Amino acid sequence: MGEKDKLAHFEEAILPHMDAAYNIARWLTRNERDAEDMVQESYLRAFKFFDAFTGVNGRAWLLTIVRNTCYTWLQQNRGRELMTEFDETIHSEENEAWNPAAQVAKQIDNRMLAQAIEALPAEYREAVVLRDLEGMSYKEIAEVAAVPVGTVMSRLARARGKLKRLLTERLKEKA
Amino acid sequence: MNHEAARNLLDAYLDGELDPAGRLEVERHLQECQLCSQGYEEQSALKRAVGGSGLRYKAPAELQQRIRFALRREANAEKSERTVPRRWFAAAASLAVAALALLVVLPFVRDRRADDLVARDVLGAHVRSLMANHLADVSSSDKHTVKPWFDGKLDFSPPVEDLAAQGFPLIGGRLDYVDNRPVAALVYQRKKHFINVFVWPAESRAADAKKIAERQGYDLFHWTKGGMNYWAVSDLEESDLRSFVDMLQKGAAGGKS
Repeated sequence: MGEKDKLAHFEEAILPHMDAAYNIARWLTRNERDAEDMVQESYLRAFKFFDAFTGVNGRAWLLTIVRNTCYTWLQQNRGRELMTEFDETIHSEENEAWNPAAQVAKQIDNRMLAQAIEALPAEYREAVVLRDLEGMSYKEIAEVAAVPVGTVMSRLARARGKLKRLLTERLKEKA
Repeated sequence: MNHEAARNLLDAYLDGELDPAGRLEVERHLQECQLCSQGYEEQSALKRAVGGSGLRYKAPAELQQRIRFALRREANAEKSERTVPRRWFAAAASLAVAALALLVVLPFVRDRRADDLVARDVLGAHVRSLMANHLADVSSSDKHTVKPWFDGKLDFSPPVEDLAAQGFPLIGGRLDYVDNRPVAALVYQRKKHFINVFVWPAESRAADAKKIAERQGYDLFHWTKGGMNYWAVSDLEESDLRSFVDMLQKGAAGGKS
């Protein structure tokens, strides 16, 4: 494969996923500047290792690289954040009514929602972002995060449980 | 399906990730269990809220351009890497034609090839320093700050000249890696242009500065002085870069540094 072809092939297969790359980088780093750096670095890395791309799922392949780049950055810059709360039980709020869905959803604005998502541990945050904002399947998320599908499932359940609690607290504060 | 099992599958059910049998079982449980059906309503309201929020960030257009540009550069760099051996091969082929010429030409080809490889490293290091926005590990216009910074980081002490008075202020230094070894990189500025000067100990004798290559809009100069190899690279006007190189080589700032 000549270089010209490599670039053309890369541009066709990987470049279209830049929004997805930026979205996950933006949520993981939580700021624009670093997100841009992460995406650029990831793209150059992806290009370098493009020969290893199997040609099946360009988005998942790229996002794997973006995620790894972001985690390396998080470890260096935000070491603390990566400690996920594993002892948290999924449904500790079992008896706490979150109240009829429709009205509550109306009271939640985007800012509140964004703040709550940003407050999640990185592994939960990425699961929610990849699933509900990128619309990826559990299998794809498992590939990106390098964990079994079952782990994706439980992370999502915990993430949403925690999100619900955070939003409930915010709503109470507001009321 | 019992309550606990169904509860654990609620999110997967909501995300449409269950097989038909699992789906059926969860649905059956939802009809019987008020707690779960309420939980399901909540989760799905939340999912809708997140999904319909417009919270998905989009890559800025400026970033897209920057990345396209960087990729093209990278592709060009890879391309020129591959043409180096070809050039050497062509030279070698021509040697076979005239056996006599071999004795004369071979050392030159070797030198040239070695220079080519170093030039590639130097250019790569220069471009990376600009692209990654990582010009200096130590930012200072004071040579007495920059020079000692290398102590203990390298097994040699690079001479550092300050050429601010001549219009080439020193802006700092950093460690880099060229020709398979750690080297000192000194960064100078001329208006909006940056000059990287790479320094490491030389095995060969002193040699005057000469332009080694012009690649992708960058000029590369190389010389040897005081037991050190110097490589200067920049996108500066060639005549400007040449006078900068002359000053460095002659030690225009005066005295030993």
